[in-house]
Amino acid sequence: MVAKKFNPLPGFKLTMGYTVFYLSIIVLIPIAALFLRVSHLSWKEFWDMATTDRAMAAYRLTFGASLIAALANAIFGTLLAWVLARYEFPGRRFIDAMVDFPFALPTAVAGLTLASMFHDNGWLGQYLVPLGIKGAYTRLGVVIALTFVGMPFVVRTLQPVLENFEREVEEAAATLGAGRLRTFVSVIAPSLLPPIITGFALAFARAIGEYGSVVFISGNLRMKTEIAPYLIVERLEEFNYAGAMALAVVLLVASFLLLVVINMLEQWAGKFVK
Amino acid sequence: MAGNVKKHLGAGHAKSQRGTEESPFVKWTLIIIALLFCLVFLLLPLVNVFAQAFSKGFAAYWQALANADSWAAIRLTLIVAAITVPLNTIFGVAAAWAVAKFEFRGKSILITLIDLPFSVSPVVAGLMLLVLFGAQGYFGPWLEAHPIHLFGHTYEIKIIFAVPGIVLATTFVTFPFVARELIPVMQATGREQEEAALTLGASGWKTFWYVTLPSVKWGLLYGIILCNARAMGEFGAVYVVSLGVIGETQTMPLRVYQLYNEPSHIEAAFAVATLLAVLALVTLGFKTFLEWRQAKEFELAQQQVVDRQIVDGG
Repeated sequence: MVAKKFNPLPGFKLTMGYTVFYLSIIVLIPIAALFLRVSHLSWKEFWDMATTDRAMAAYRLTFGASLIAALANAIFGTLLAWVLARYEFPGRRFIDAMVDFPFALPTAVAGLTLASMFHDNGWLGQYLVPLGIKGAYTRLGVVIALTFVGMPFVVRTLQPVLENFEREVEEAAATLGAGRLRTFVSVIAPSLLPPIITGFALAFARAIGEYGSVVFISGNLRMKTEIAPYLIVERLEEFNYAGAMALAVVLLVASFLLLVVINMLEQWAGKFVK
Repeated sequence: MAGNVKKHLGAGHAKSQRGTEESPFVKWTLIIIALLFCLVFLLLPLVNVFAQAFSKGFAAYWQALANADSWAAIRLTLIVAAITVPLNTIFGVAAAWAVAKFEFRGKSILITLIDLPFSVSPVVAGLMLLVLFGAQGYFGPWLEAHPIHLFGHTYEIKIIFAVPGIVLATTFVTFPFVARELIPVMQATGREQEEAALTLGASGWKTFWYVTLPSVKWGLLYGIILCNARAMGEFGAVYVVSLGVIGETQTMPLRVYQLYNEPSHIEAAFAVATLLAVLALVTLGFKTFLEWRQAKEFELAQQQVVDRQIVDGG
């Protein structure tokens, strides 16, 4: 890669060289190694190992629970971003700072504390379990953990858009006789949709790979609450490396596809924010 | 006066005071739902960590932490972060310099590649290292067959189930943090200041140290502290490459998991978890402080512009 225009600043070759070198060592070579190893398997071997009943159950749970968690985050995240950007109420700044808490908290701690909260005699479980809402060792628990982990994404992509939203547009709608609901649906919502969808996709992508928080709360019951990353670890502990790699490649390809979608979404969303 | 008018109008049109505001009922319903969500998903989980840790009293809490294996886990976590964070910081600065200060073909591809580790499951990241350095991996058998002879001793280079593997796994997972925070900040500061310093005869390094670094230091610090929080808290990738041998390759998050799986030690799991929760709170506190500072600096700059206009106008 060569610098295009004349640029008097020094160090391009050094920093670029180091960037590419370090990127290759830490990221690219390991990824390439995994694909290379899997390419030694025949297609049938790969397919059989990647689509066992247990694997299919794990994919269903991973993608299903991630989807529900990302949807929950899209709804509550939008609400939270709206409330934080538009209203003044006691504790607003505290909540605003706390929204990033799931990013900062190690996933193991998140899993530990959520599992204990939703356990039969936990802070929430003691009221919810008698109502039939079991959070610990169930699929619902997986959704709860993934919702926690993905919570900041929608809020943080939407909040700046809401804060920079031109109030004049809303005023114009109001002057033209639109009610508040009408204004929201036909004036505000369309420009909020791109950041919400981007945040949703980010939360979904994060949820698919999540391991730490889920293994605490799900109980990892065979065919029931096993997520795909957990099954990879299981395969490794059985010394079934080929089986683990087959699952890993499926997950990896899914996340790469999502990455492409997210990049496209961000470009699309960028058109709406000037 | 204005307040009175507003209040008066409000009394008459309780449904909506202004066309651009929701009615108080809608507003407070939304606020209450949002607060409830935050209570369940932010506040309770945090308070619960400390409540459970101290549920058997302070002595039990202290005893759980003073345990030799817990200490070993704390020490290992600190060592791993102390290696990983500087490595990724040097990379982040180099990458940000190349990406932010120069134009070249393939820039967006490079940025995407830098972000790549974010979209790889930590478990898969660990597995990749097994493929490279495990007993049946590409370089594993070679490393085993080629021990290093140093000062009359023979050392086998162990990567998997050892500290180097944990460091590599953590480095992979925390790879993008510093670069990601730094690139937009460095892009925003532009090139003019550096160009001026170079014209005045400063060397490249001097320009970097005295011109570039001071202008991006807060962004850099924020990237470092995020990277550190994630490095100390990484679980999946580290578990796969180390399996968390007690007292040897067990970091703090792995210690939490092991204690959690022994039902009689659940308070001890929470005791170790409090340290990680404090780390998260410190990270958040630092972030809030940085945002406050930035807002303040922005305000100050705005004020200076206004002052100058007044002086110029006078």
